[in-house]
Amino acid sequence: MSRIGVFICHCGENIAGTVDCARVAQALGELPGVVHAIDYKYMCSDPGQSLIKQAIREKHLDGVVVGACSPHMHEKTFRKAAAGAGLNPFLCEMANLREHCSWIHEDREGATEKAIGLGRFIVEKIKFNRPLLPIFIPVEHRALVIGGGIAGIQAALDIADGGHEVVLVEKEPSIGGHMSQLSETFPTLDCSQCILTPRMVEIRQHPRIKLLTYSEVESVEGYIGNFHVKIRKKARSIDDALCNGCGECQKHCPNNKIPSEFDQGLGKRTAIYVPFPQAVPNIPVIDRANCAFFKGRAKGVKKAVCGRCRDTCGRHAINFDEQDSFVTEHVGAIIVATGYQLYSVGKKQDSELLQGYGEYGYGEIPDVIDGLQFERLASASGPTGGKILRPSDQKEPKTVVFLQCIGSRDPAKGIEYCSKICCMYVAKHTMLFHHKVHDGKAIVFYMDIRAGGKGYDEFVRRAIEENHALYLRGRVSRMYRNGDTIRVHGFDTLSGEQMVIDADMVVLASAMRSQPGIASLAQKLSVSYDQHGFINEAHPKLRPVETNTAGVFVAGACQAPRDIPDSVAMASAAASKVLGLFSKELLEREPLIAHVDTARCAACFHCERVCPYGAIIRKEIKDGRGRLIKIAAEVNPGVCQGCGTCQATCPSKSVELDGFTDEQIYAAVNAI
Amino acid sequence: MKVGYFPGCSLHSTAREYEESLRAVVAALDIQLEEVHDWACCGATSAHSTNHLLSVALPARTLLQAEKQKLQRILAPCAACFNRLASARHALTQDEKIAARVQSILGSDFANSVGIVSIAELLREVTATIRQKATSPLTGLKIACYYGCLLVRPREVCSFDDAEVPNSLESIVSATGATPVKWSMALECCGGGFSLSITGSVVRLGRMILQSAIDAGAQAIVVACPMCHSNLDFRQHAMNGRNGAGKSMPIMFISELVGLSLGLDPAQLGLDRHFVSPSLLLDQIGAVKTAQNRGEGA
Amino acid sequence: MQPSLLHEIRESTGLDATHCYQCGKCSAGCPMAPEMKLKTHEIIRLIQLDLREKLLANESLWMCLTCETCTTRCPNEFDPAAVIDALREIALKKHAVRIPRKILAFHSAFLDQIRTHGRVFEFGLVASYKLRSGAIFADVAAVPGMLARGKLALAPKRIEGIDEVRRIFGECMAGEDKR
Repeated sequence: MSRIGVFICHCGENIAGTVDCARVAQALGELPGVVHAIDYKYMCSDPGQSLIKQAIREKHLDGVVVGACSPHMHEKTFRKAAAGAGLNPFLCEMANLREHCSWIHEDREGATEKAIGLGRFIVEKIKFNRPLLPIFIPVEHRALVIGGGIAGIQAALDIADGGHEVVLVEKEPSIGGHMSQLSETFPTLDCSQCILTPRMVEIRQHPRIKLLTYSEVESVEGYIGNFHVKIRKKARSIDDALCNGCGECQKHCPNNKIPSEFDQGLGKRTAIYVPFPQAVPNIPVIDRANCAFFKGRAKGVKKAVCGRCRDTCGRHAINFDEQDSFVTEHVGAIIVATGYQLYSVGKKQDSELLQGYGEYGYGEIPDVIDGLQFERLASASGPTGGKILRPSDQKEPKTVVFLQCIGSRDPAKGIEYCSKICCMYVAKHTMLFHHKVHDGKAIVFYMDIRAGGKGYDEFVRRAIEENHALYLRGRVSRMYRNGDTIRVHGFDTLSGEQMVIDADMVVLASAMRSQPGIASLAQKLSVSYDQHGFINEAHPKLRPVETNTAGVFVAGACQAPRDIPDSVAMASAAASKVLGLFSKELLEREPLIAHVDTARCAACFHCERVCPYGAIIRKEIKDGRGRLIKIAAEVNPGVCQGCGTCQATCPSKSVELDGFTDEQIYAAVNAI
Repeated sequence: MKVGYFPGCSLHSTAREYEESLRAVVAALDIQLEEVHDWACCGATSAHSTNHLLSVALPARTLLQAEKQKLQRILAPCAACFNRLASARHALTQDEKIAARVQSILGSDFANSVGIVSIAELLREVTATIRQKATSPLTGLKIACYYGCLLVRPREVCSFDDAEVPNSLESIVSATGATPVKWSMALECCGGGFSLSITGSVVRLGRMILQSAIDAGAQAIVVACPMCHSNLDFRQHAMNGRNGAGKSMPIMFISELVGLSLGLDPAQLGLDRHFVSPSLLLDQIGAVKTAQNRGEGA
Repeated sequence: MQPSLLHEIRESTGLDATHCYQCGKCSAGCPMAPEMKLKTHEIIRLIQLDLREKLLANESLWMCLTCETCTTRCPNEFDPAAVIDALREIALKKHAVRIPRKILAFHSAFLDQIRTHGRVFEFGLVASYKLRSGAIFADVAAVPGMLARGKLALAPKRIEGIDEVRRIFGECMAGEDKR
C-alpha cells in the first residue's frame, strides 16, 4: 500500500485567496494511500521544504504530492528537497493549483472542488510512479561557431581561451564580417579595422581554433554534447598550403571590372581576389562565375581561355580542378552568429513581406546610397581612398542628406521594428562627413533619436553642436533627380515647415535584416526563427543567448538588430554558456524518456515514422553466435525529448514513456 | 472586344474632345463601347468630401445598371470617375455596413460584379494593336506622361500599375512611336476640381507641372483626365505669367495622341477644341510624316 | 458624455488615429501644405488630442485635394485622406462656422446639379456657384472661348432615373445641413 504525503500550498493569497486549502488537504488526506496531508503558507520556502523532508523521514513516505504553482516554477525545488530526504526525486510530483486553478477561476466553491480533483489526479498517478535514475550522456568538448563576424570571432576566442577547441565556419573568403567594412565606429570613432584585425589575427594564430573560410554548414545531426556537422568547403581553386599571399595573381587577372562585394558595389575587383588587404586568411579565391577560364570551360571551349594567374603563381598554388570538399566535425555545442544584411529599397525583394520605396526611386537614382556604401566611401581602404566623392561623377558633395528609418518602423514596407543602430551611425556619418568636407552641410531627417548606450546621447549632441549637422524631425515624402542634384521633399514637424532640399548626395539608413539563407540554416539546426528571419531566443528576458534547441546558442545581429558592444557582450555570454556545458564530462538529462521492450516489439517502426526528433534507431538483436534474430526499435536516450508520441502510436504497446506510462495516465484520468 | 462605357459629365461638355478622340480611336482598334444606360454623375470630389454614403451610393447605382446590362467591366475615361467608381466598388467589398445600407437604398439585388477599368489600363492591353496599326508613328516626339493623382492611387483601389513609378501611359506612348521623357511631376496633383473655388492654388500647382515638363524637354504633356486637361490647358494662360514658363505646352488626351499615330484626322479627334493650340505639335508630326514618306519614297 | 473624436472617426471609417506616430511624411508630400494653416499630420494630432472645436472650425480641412499622396506613403498604412473626408462630414453636420465660402459653394452647387439633372450641367454649375460664392466676375472672360470650342452646353438634359437619384440623395443626406 502506498504511503503518500500531500502538501497543499497557500502561495500567500495566490492560491488561498480562491481555494480553501485546508479543505483540499483534508479531502485528499482521506484518499486511500495518503498517510499525511497538510496545508502551509509557502511550501517553496525553507521551512516549507523542511516540512516535506520531515514527513518523508518520519512517516516513511514513498510518494510526495505538492499542490502549488506550476511545475515549471518549482518542480526542481521540491524534487531536490525529496532527494535530500532520501526519496527518489521522480516520486515527487506537483499538482498545479495556481495557474490551472486559483488564477483562472473566481468561484471559491468550484475552484476548491477542482483543486481537490487536480490533487486526486496526481495522487492516483503517483501510485504507479517508479523510481528513475538520471541519464548521463558524454559531452564532446569542441564547439562550432557559425559566422566569422565580430560576434563569431569573440565567441570563438572566448571558448578557445577557455581551453577548448573551436571550429569557426565563415561563408565569405575572409572573416571580419560587416565590421571590417566600416570606417570608424561609434561612440569612440575608433578605426574599425584597427580594433578588429588584431582579433582576426588572434583567430588565425590560435592553436585551438580551426578556421574554415569560404565554407558553409551542409547538414547537422545529433544532439547536445554530440553534434555531427557536415561542412562544405567551397573550392577556392587555390591550395592554401602552398599559397603565401603574395598577391601577384590578382595583378595579372584580366577580369578587373567585377563589382566588389566588399565595397558594396562602389568599387571593382578581379576574378581571383582577396576581399580586402587585411583578410584572414590572406589567401585568394577564384570567383568562378566571373572568371574567364571557368566561363570558357563551362561553355565547353577546348583551349583554355585564360590561365594567367596560374602561370604567374610562383608557388604553383592555383588548381583549376579543385572541387568542393566536405568535412564532418564532431562538436558538443554550436553558436549561431551569422550577422545581418541591409534592407534594399529596390522594387524586387527577396521576401513577399517586403516592399521597396517607389517614392525614393526604388534605388535607381544615382548618388542615393545606403549606410554601408557610405562607410566604404569614408574608409581609407575604400574605392575613393577615404574621400567623400559621389558615385556618379566622383565630385565632392557639399550638401548630403541622411534619411533615418528606411524600411525600419515602416509597417507599410513590411518592417515594423527599429533597427537600433541607425540613429548612432547617422550621427557618426555626419561627423565623418564634416571632418572630411569642412564646408559641407549634413542634414538629417529623423523621427526619434535612439541613443541609449553609454556615451551615446552625448555623441549625437556632439554631431549637432560641434559638427553642425542639421537635424530635421520628419520623414521624407519623396526624392527625385533634378538636374545635377537630388530634390528631397521632407518636413520638419518641430517648426511645421515643409523642407525641400537639393542634395548632392543622399544616404539611406536602411534596416538591418537577417542574412539570406538563414531559414535553411535554422532548419538544419532545428532552431526557430521569426517572420523576419531573426533567430528566436529561448526566453526574451532571462535566456537571451540560448535557443529552444539544447546545445545551440545564438549571438549577435542574427537574433535582433544590435551594435558592436552588444554583439561582443552577447558573444561572450554565449561562450560562457558553452564553457559551462563543457565544464562537465557528462551531461545529466531528465530520465523522462521512452524505452522499448525489444522482446515485444513487432518491428513495425510506426514509432520511427512519428517521432519528431528522430530518436528511434533500428537495433539488430543477435543471438549468442552473432546471428540476426530480429530487428527491433530502440530509443536513443540522448535525443528523446519525452513527448510520448511513440507510446501513443505503438500498436503492440511495446514502448513506455517513463514518468508517463499508460498505467499512470489511466490511473490519473480515472480519478477525476 | 466589347467594354462598358461610363463617359462622366465632362466628356459631353468641357472635355468633348476626349470623347470624340476616344470614339475615333476605339473604332480604329475594333473596341466596342456600350454606354451604361441612363447613368448619373459619379459624385466626383464633392460627394466624397461631404457625405461618404452618397459617394458610394451614386456610383453603386451605375454599377447596378451595368450589371443589369450584363457588362463585365466598364471603362471610365475620366480619372476621377474611374477612381470614384473603383473606390465605391472597393468600399462595397470591404465594409459590410455600407454594403448593406447601399443595398437597401438601391432596393435591388446587387452582386458588385462589374470591374472598372481606366483608359490607361485598357489601351495598355492593346499596345500591340496600336503599334501594328500606327500608320503615322510619332517618331521623335517627346511626351511627358502625366498621371495626376487619381489614376494609380490609392494602391488597393487602382492596382493596375505601380503607385509611385507607373508606366502604363509610357507603354501606350511608346506604342504610338513617340518617346516618353523622364520627369518628376507625373503624380503631382493639378488641383483637381478646385479650379473654380481656389483658382490660385490650381495655377500654382499647374505651373510646377508645366515647368518640370519643359525642363525635361517634353513637347507635349499627355493626360488621362478632363480635370487635369482643363487645369493645364484652360488655365495655362494664367500659369505663363510673371513667374511662369512663358512657353506654350500642348496638353493632349492619350486618346488624341493614339489617334494621331493611327493616322486619324486631327479635327476628328477634336484637337481644335484645345485652349493651347497643338498646331505647332501637329506641324512637327506633319514634318515627321513627310520625312517618313520621303523615306518610303527613297 | 460626448464620445471622443478618435472614437467617432474609428466608428465611421474603421481607422484608428492612434496608429499615427506623427512622422510628418504626409505633410512633406502634401501639395497644399504651403497654404494650409493646419498641416495634414497636425490634423491627425488634433484628433489624437480630441481638440474637436479647434479642428472642426479650421478651414484647412477644406483645402485637402484628396490627391491620396499621404495615404499612399503613410508608413503605418493610415488613411489621412479618408479621415479628412470624415471630418468634413462631421463639420457639415455640426454647422461648423469656418467652412471657406467658395469651396463649400462649389460642393453645394455641384451636388445640386446632380440632384436636379442627374448629371452636372456645367453652365448651370458655374452659375449656381457664382451665386453662392459671390465670385460673379471670375472666369467670365472665358465664356466666349468655351462656347466657341463647343465646350459649354447651354441646355441641360435630365436623366430618366432622376427620381431614383433624388431618392438616393434623400436617404444619404437625411438630417443634414442642406447647405
